Amino acid sequence: MGQTSKKTLIMFSGDLDKAMAGFIIANGAAAMGDEVTMFFTFWGLNILRKPERIPVKKGLLEALFGRMMPRGAGRLGLSKMNFGGMGAVMMRKIMKDKRVNTLPELITSAKELGVKMVACTMSMDVMGIKREELIDGLEFAGVATYLGEADEAGVNLFI
Amino acid sequence: MAEYEINARGMQCPGPIVKLFSQYKLAAPGDLIRIEVTDQGFKKDILAWCKKTGCELVELTENNSVITALIKKN
Repeated sequence: MGQTSKKTLIMFSGDLDKAMAGFIIANGAAAMGDEVTMFFTFWGLNILRKPERIPVKKGLLEALFGRMMPRGAGRLGLSKMNFGGMGAVMMRKIMKDKRVNTLPELITSAKELGVKMVACTMSMDVMGIKREELIDGLEFAGVATYLGEADEAGVNLFI
Repeated sequence: MAEYEINARGMQCPGPIVKLFSQYKLAAPGDLIRIEVTDQGFKKDILAWCKKTGCELVELTENNSVITALIKKN
């Protein structure tokens, strides 16, 4: 075995293309034997939302926010040429035809490879996203946890 | 010494190395893994992967766009 190193990714964006780039890097790093931590904050939290509507108690603004943001990896839009969602539909089709793994598949694979996924509790609070609305297997923490991991890592990306 | 075969034809990046790594984890030192890939980036990627994991790249061939790598776990 070569040397294990550590990598961290801050997943800030909730765009499909950026989320895919992040998860491809995370899967690749884990497949090279690295320890990987992904820290999900702001729009990036939407990647981790369950696709179904989860009944949780929310304030008016929180509920509005929740309704306007995409519910999960299967509903994200593109950062460019989204055309109200049509771009993302076309991109998904192209990627399917070319047998590129889908974002939900990449997330499952990352989990299986032991990639640590951390949801930012402050962003969750701001955006009114509750733990029950997010997929299983996450850790919940703040910026200090991320910085602690980043100190030990050789690569830290902001996506 | 066991020898394993992986068919990763048609898989896109990072599929082949993810599949390879799963087999690598199960293999014992000295075992051989043969993997077939059609993703052209794999030719370079396998060098970096072997360097990182400390594996030996015994053989790397290409035939009709199918890249075959034979790897020995150290």
